[in-house]
Amino acid sequence: MTKEAQVQKMTDMMAKFVGYTGKKLPDDVIAKLEELRQKETDALPKVIYDTMFRNQELAVKLDRPSCQDTGVLQFWLKCGTGFPLINELEGLLKEAVIKATKETPLRHNSVETFDEYNTGKNVGKGTPTVWWDIVPNWDGCEIYTYMAGGGCTLPGNATVLMPGEGYEGVTKFVLDRMTSYGLNACPPLLVGVGVATSVETAALLSKKALMRPIGSHSENERAAKMEKLLEDGINAIGIGPQGMGGKYTVMGVHIENTARHPSAIGVAVNVGCWSHRRGHIIFDKDLNYTITSHSGCVL
Amino acid sequence: MVEYKDGKKILVTPISAEDLKDVHIGDILYLSGSLTTCRDVAHRRVVEEGREIPVDVRNNAILHAGPIIRPLENDKFEMVSVGPTTSMRMEKFEYEFVKTTGVRVIVGKGGMKENTANACKDFGCIHCVIPAGNAVVAAVCVEEIERAEWRDLGMPETLWNCRVKEFGPLIVSIDAEGRNYFEEKKVEYNKRKDEQVELISKQVGFIK
Repeated sequence: MTKEAQVQKMTDMMAKFVGYTGKKLPDDVIAKLEELRQKETDALPKVIYDTMFRNQELAVKLDRPSCQDTGVLQFWLKCGTGFPLINELEGLLKEAVIKATKETPLRHNSVETFDEYNTGKNVGKGTPTVWWDIVPNWDGCEIYTYMAGGGCTLPGNATVLMPGEGYEGVTKFVLDRMTSYGLNACPPLLVGVGVATSVETAALLSKKALMRPIGSHSENERAAKMEKLLEDGINAIGIGPQGMGGKYTVMGVHIENTARHPSAIGVAVNVGCWSHRRGHIIFDKDLNYTITSHSGCVL
Repeated sequence: MVEYKDGKKILVTPISAEDLKDVHIGDILYLSGSLTTCRDVAHRRVVEEGREIPVDVRNNAILHAGPIIRPLENDKFEMVSVGPTTSMRMEKFEYEFVKTTGVRVIVGKGGMKENTANACKDFGCIHCVIPAGNAVVAAVCVEEIERAEWRDLGMPETLWNCRVKEFGPLIVSIDAEGRNYFEEKKVEYNKRKDEQVELISKQVGFIK
């Protein structure tokens, strides 16, 4: 296959995959929502979950995006240095978003800052967002896709705490955000927390934390303990689906961490809404693909 | 009018103040009849510019939303996808808006505050939320888009006057007595949050 043909093939596959993730939620999210649905007993949360599940069925049946806010597209790449399309990757992902926007269809969600106009293509300066992790001595490429909707982007927050504020300060920072902004962000939420050395390191980790499968835990024992404490704590607040009250408010809390400067604790929180449109696809050097997020998805 | 069908309580337009007397916060309702999408700039035009709203919403319903519409032939349109947008953005206009237009039911996302609660109490109106993220469920309740006004505002902000059937579920967040579900809930949530912060803080003293 020529380089051009390879680029076209991967563009087409990514456009199709992005469109698919707007219509069907990943397996782990569906399973978690089913579990939480069973655990709610009051009439209000029950009727809300019934609506959510009927909506997801209708979206597939009628082949439409399940939520009208199909977000800003974000890609997190773990790309091998030997991946044949490493040079073309960022450009082809932008093309794939333009194509998916027309074909799916997706909402036009790229407004140029300062010039303040909607590009009408769902891409712009720096959108889709692309984060690169380079993997030495590998010829494949792993891609996480994410539709960052407006509602669940809004609670995002990052700060640097003084060490005296400790992990107690981290707890308060996260929980305060849940009662102030979490209600409107379409709970049950997936909560990503970054604990690192500065605002940007913590912020990026808080988003990457949302790419982890639901039910996974931090490898660090104390961080895993804190994930559980925060999950139980946020659930105990009783915000429930759509913020209207219920036993469960989160699908999970994921913490990602790095070392820190002795004088600073960088902390950030990011949330995914119940309609957590995350995809995960791995390409080998011949563009054979494996999709781990959506069983049964064929491109 | 109020109708009951298959255990559902359905408000049918035109709706009177009397119809809303037995409606309370936390109730689950459905709506049939006239529902018009109406959001930021349309509110500003009615309240600040003093313009007359070109769709009569008196005794009918509005929806805070910006839908995805597909144009059909002969100036007809199809509702592809519609979900509520954050109602709080319309809070500053809503008292005057309800007073001027006589709307009875406001549907949106999340809570609203005193301005809207006072309007509900003074003029006999309610605010409801439709569970967000369910754009297809809401779209299939739209039988027909009957009119499209203020098209100069673009697709999201045009007044799309829809005939809906059993649109919902709608959960009442402000009733005609002015009671406010989210504001009452927030007091509970904040109290429990403070308890949880204290409880967790005792177990995360990792810096020693």
